[in-house]
Amino acid sequence: MKKLLTSAFAGCCLLSLATAALAAAPIKIGALFSVTGPASFLGEPERNTAQMVVDEINKAGGVKGHKIELIAYDTTGDATKAVQLANRLIKDDHVVAIIGPSTTGDTMAIIPIVEKANIPLVSCAAGSKITDPVKKWVFKTAQNDGLAVARIYEQLKKEKKTKVALLTVSDAFGSSGREQLKAHAAQFGIEILSDDTYGPKDTDMTAQLTKIRGLKAQAVICWGTNPGPAVVARNAKQLGLTVPLYMSHGVSSKKFIDLAGEAAEGIRLPTGKVLVANLLPKNDKQKASLQAYIRDYQNHYHAEGDHFGGHAWDAINLIRHAIEKGADNPVAIRNQLEATRGFAGIGGIFSYSPADHAGLTKDAFVLVQVKGKGWTLVK
Amino acid sequence: MELLNETTQYVISGTATGAIYALIGLSFAIIFNSTGIINFAQGEFVMLGGVLTIVGINTLQLPTLAAVVFAVIGTTAVGLLFERLAIRPLKNATPLSLVIITIGASILIRGVVMLTFGKDTKVLPAFSGNTPIEVVGATLLPQHIWIFAVTLLVIVGSRLFFNHTITGKAMRACSFNRRAANLVGISVDRMVLLSFVISSGLGALAGVIIAPLTMTAYDVGVMLGLKGFCAAIMGGMGSGLGTVLGGLILGILESLGAGLISSGYKDAISFLILLLILFVRPQGLFKKGETERV
Repeated sequence: MKKLLTSAFAGCCLLSLATAALAAAPIKIGALFSVTGPASFLGEPERNTAQMVVDEINKAGGVKGHKIELIAYDTTGDATKAVQLANRLIKDDHVVAIIGPSTTGDTMAIIPIVEKANIPLVSCAAGSKITDPVKKWVFKTAQNDGLAVARIYEQLKKEKKTKVALLTVSDAFGSSGREQLKAHAAQFGIEILSDDTYGPKDTDMTAQLTKIRGLKAQAVICWGTNPGPAVVARNAKQLGLTVPLYMSHGVSSKKFIDLAGEAAEGIRLPTGKVLVANLLPKNDKQKASLQAYIRDYQNHYHAEGDHFGGHAWDAINLIRHAIEKGADNPVAIRNQLEATRGFAGIGGIFSYSPADHAGLTKDAFVLVQVKGKGWTLVK
Repeated sequence: MELLNETTQYVISGTATGAIYALIGLSFAIIFNSTGIINFAQGEFVMLGGVLTIVGINTLQLPTLAAVVFAVIGTTAVGLLFERLAIRPLKNATPLSLVIITIGASILIRGVVMLTFGKDTKVLPAFSGNTPIEVVGATLLPQHIWIFAVTLLVIVGSRLFFNHTITGKAMRACSFNRRAANLVGISVDRMVLLSFVISSGLGALAGVIIAPLTMTAYDVGVMLGLKGFCAAIMGGMGSGLGTVLGGLILGILESLGAGLISSGYKDAISFLILLLILFVRPQGLFKKGETERV
């Protein structure tokens, strides 16, 4: 009995010590990114960017006197792992908010957990089902696939092209794009002539493209992430396919041009504005954020900041804004996030509302074309 | 006419992919025949071939040909080390545990390559340009010709080696009966080592010649390995024409299936073939059933 009392007493002491430590501790923000694994092209720049922003904040003295501590874990793109790590962030690390995960699959897997634990989540994944229907605690920064689709269709409509052939990758990104491409087609008067897919690890798409070549399509839309679309571009060139080739924002980085080489010339794709920050007009509201991000990333990592890292930049800065407005606990951060209006970030201008936790319009995307191994804006 | 042109294109594309499957299948068969194990690290040798060539060109600034030689020798060295360190020490292990070791080795190789050379997909410039060549209404790239030529050379070369040289015959003897081979003075250990050397070299060569077409990364070996395994199973795990035909048939069926039926079923087609053959003709498409004398 005495032993029990002693240990209970010791426990109480420890607990009060822990709370005391917590009061003086910095604000903890959790981060889940797929730094390794198939989606590492998303997770790595995202983790780097988040860490960079937090370092910059702390160097400048923190937010309202609080330092920020980023606790970042690697989900390896595995939903089971994402769930374990989300639990760890909430139960062991006691974070006030979580940014990430990088992929739609990981995000969908941890939504029930953050909803139950009442912790705000700002996802960096693109799938529109993340915030549709709206979940109380879940926000996102990556542009919905539907917005990218609308941007392409708008251009086709302008050029009076109505017949397209689809070629999408058979993973979560591709099937989400495929759904959106089909769902929006009628609205823009687009007719889908063929609907083909390829595997994420496929190394030859000439069969699908040969079939497409035989159709009277006026444009081919390929939806995937590297390296598949680069193979498609090369195969299309090999087959002498002359119709315009559109890609998704999934390949909006220099890497795509490197991989596809000459075959990339003339390809068009919708992308966030970060790729073309310097080409934007001076009055563009995002220009300042974009240039700051690119400059910081260059200083920290001696590499070009990309579209994907931008999602994490937006996520962490949205939370920073919420904290600046006085929020220091999960409930207040959530409410402040929902009250965000006109936040000019990397991915676009965010205005959340109780009915919209994605916060962007199709102006978030610009259409670019590859020219001379660089990007140009399509007017 | 349109359909005919399309079909020609499917067949040509399929033959090119199939030739690669055949090469990888051959390297599976060579190890299987001398050791009785299926080396699931085979795909990793293919990956190493491509990745090391790119390292040779980009990091070591070697000319293409030297980089290719460097990659093949490097991969062969990995194959040799693998046999020495992981296979030979386990003298009396069952084939099953050896197979599991090869799976472990494949994960290790993939991991090391990922950490040393990064996760990015890399490009190898084509050996002789990218100008498409027109053949009866279909197009192919100069690189495809390289693939056909190298595959053909390897097939002829392996035929000569296994049928007309003492070492080749000794290796075949080991595959028929290790004990008897040992009794007539063939060093089985050396033959096993040699089979790993040849097989990793072949795998690397396959990796080098496809890298300009398909690009390469630390994780391309898995799928290529599996497809090569399919080809070897179709050929009844023989190191001859059966495996080559198996690879070609697999490549062409995949391409025709993706073009004429549905591209969603491309991989399903090859694995369905694999299962069917394992169920119906486990001895391979072209082998006559062997009778065991008691």
